[in-house]
Amino acid sequence: MTANWANKRGVGAGALLAWAGLALLPLIGFITENTSFDYYMYMGQSMLIYAIAVLGLNLLIGFNGQISLGHSAFFALGAYTTAILMNFGGWPYWATLPVAAVVCFLAGLAFGFPALKLEGHYLALATFTLAIAMPQLLKYKAIAGWTGGVGGVLLDKPDPPEWTGLSADQFLYYLCLFCAMVLFWLVFNLLRGRSGRAIMAIRDHTMAASTMGIDIARYKTVAFGISAGITGIAGALSAITVAYVAPDSFTLQLSISFLVGLVVGGIASLPGCLIGGAFIVLVQNSAQSISDWMKGTFALRYDVPAWAIYGVLLLALMYVLPDGIAGGCARIRAWWTTRGRREAQ
Amino acid sequence: MKKLTRRRVLTGAATMLAAPAIAAGKYSPGASDTEIKIGQTMPYSGNASAYGQNGRAHAAYFKMINETGGINGRKINLISLDDGYSPPKTVELARQLVERDQVLFLYAPLGTQCNTAIQKYMNQKKVPQLFVSTGASKWGDPAHFPWTMGWQPDYRTEGEIYAKHIKQTIKNPKIAILRQNDDMGNDYVSGFRELISSFKDTIGADAIVADATYEVTDPTVDSQILQLKNSGANVFYNVTTPKFAAQAIKKSAEIGWKPVQYIVNVSASIGAAIKPGGFENAQGIITAQYIKDITDPSWATSPDFMEWKAWMEKYNSSANPMESANATGYASAFTVTQVLRQCGDDLTRENVMRQAANLHDLEVPMLLPGIRLNTSPTDFYPIKSVRLSHLEGEHWKLFGDLISRDAA
Repeated sequence: MTANWANKRGVGAGALLAWAGLALLPLIGFITENTSFDYYMYMGQSMLIYAIAVLGLNLLIGFNGQISLGHSAFFALGAYTTAILMNFGGWPYWATLPVAAVVCFLAGLAFGFPALKLEGHYLALATFTLAIAMPQLLKYKAIAGWTGGVGGVLLDKPDPPEWTGLSADQFLYYLCLFCAMVLFWLVFNLLRGRSGRAIMAIRDHTMAASTMGIDIARYKTVAFGISAGITGIAGALSAITVAYVAPDSFTLQLSISFLVGLVVGGIASLPGCLIGGAFIVLVQNSAQSISDWMKGTFALRYDVPAWAIYGVLLLALMYVLPDGIAGGCARIRAWWTTRGRREAQ
Repeated sequence: MKKLTRRRVLTGAATMLAAPAIAAGKYSPGASDTEIKIGQTMPYSGNASAYGQNGRAHAAYFKMINETGGINGRKINLISLDDGYSPPKTVELARQLVERDQVLFLYAPLGTQCNTAIQKYMNQKKVPQLFVSTGASKWGDPAHFPWTMGWQPDYRTEGEIYAKHIKQTIKNPKIAILRQNDDMGNDYVSGFRELISSFKDTIGADAIVADATYEVTDPTVDSQILQLKNSGANVFYNVTTPKFAAQAIKKSAEIGWKPVQYIVNVSASIGAAIKPGGFENAQGIITAQYIKDITDPSWATSPDFMEWKAWMEKYNSSANPMESANATGYASAFTVTQVLRQCGDDLTRENVMRQAANLHDLEVPMLLPGIRLNTSPTDFYPIKSVRLSHLEGEHWKLFGDLISRDAA
């Protein structure tokens, strides 16, 4: 699970190419006649947002070895911070992003302290309660004036600046992409340096790390904070792109889908986060399509439950690629590069 | 001018005869000579998956319509997608349906938060969001949202009807409220509260003595019921969903609390709420109805019930026959097919909305006798009337006249 890329000097050519490709995608809108292009842009936004959330979670679970089932709560906190600032403070959408990050960072830090006492499954359980409690807290009457209670808060979608000539969805895609690039770059740099080594050392062997003089408590709480902050930015972006926040959007199910995206993409892999984000959006939809297709093709009398198909897909994937899609790709690459040597033998 | 020959007249007549399927159609995306494509979001999974039965009933109804020739020769193609009751997912799916699948309109998407999330979008896109499956009072607002329309009687009005009935029939009411902490609960209670406090001259200023809430994720409401009993109330306004309604009915009987009980229509299902709560505990409970109680044998001979029964057996046989969603879904799907029939060959989104706002004294099967649907460009509340009923034996017994929104 050692991340080889973390030892590289700079960003690899592959990464640059991938980001450039993502940045060019919206330009297809200028040449395509496809009326549903804006919808695909919207899906792209969702994928990037999930990718950022998975990145936050990956930093915690994949690199620091702390399990969290409560990241939907930080996602919600970020979303509501943005919603409240935009709705009551009249803030522009972009200015709310750093605030959401800071609020979630502090919340994560605060939660990171008690989390120090908890390891493994116990931490999972503690964060689980966070995810369970969040929707209910958001409905709490005393703060309903701010959160809109059960009804949530409706927002206005930001209009793109006119000089860009972009549609609203293209523009929001670029907003998400920009945030994703900045955050991936920050995490990349964090992990490459001394702090990154410390964070990963704690995961690999806490006692050894402590013996070497790493301040376990500090690194663990800060990792929790940064992880929550990143997820909070994802939440803020989701509030901006969906233009509506409501308690039922942030259930435990959301935390679980982050986790699924993380595991499928590849634990402790940065490219895996992007893959995981895309997976969350695509596979849930395709499970439904497969279910419809099966019903239609085999003229079935009953619906094929889409979630069962989702489960089968997930199982199959875990069986074929136990270390996620990114891990699988790395294995194929390793096999490919050592092919010559094997043949020589 | 060309001369009118016999041949010309004949060809003209022939064209006109063949016309309904070929020419003359005016279409928005989703409609064609052969098909009307409509979209829907439904919670088939997640916390609210029980409501998914509505969507299955709609699909089964359209299957029947299609097998009997469709609407003006066009088949209905309903794309019903699972949003898991999560608003962001609803937004994504609504966009998919409108932009990718190019549906003519969205029919009966379910859930108040889910519909709120897409209301602005649908109105900006000018795509009808028709007969939404939620009873919130905000769906009848044509001035601000001319592309959104509700269907069932709204919760607020229903609450007001109970308040009036309390004023008329109970001398010194001391009211205890149990409500689910969500928009349904708030809508039911806010209208009720306002009306009760406006009656302060006749029933006293503080008629509401207790107001307890629970979360839909709570295991039981036992402690709330104890708390309500201790408030000394003699009226119990039970604003719950079926599972909790059953618990409330059972628990209050267990602890010997016998108030006059009002239960909201959402939980007036014999199969889902009353039977599990115990018939002996539920005698005399009052509710407002607009749908026929499908477990009540006295409807068995009414023609619409017999048709519904035949449809259940042929097209919806996998459903639980006790579930009232089968009747609600049937009636709702009937309403939308009526709108499409009225549209004729002008299947544009504008005309769908125009015809939806142009229902006059429409009688809908499985609704209570006497209820007629009326809408107008300024009136987006299709079903406005309910009848009060109380539980007698194992069925609801209607009493009193139809009570309408305008009169309430």
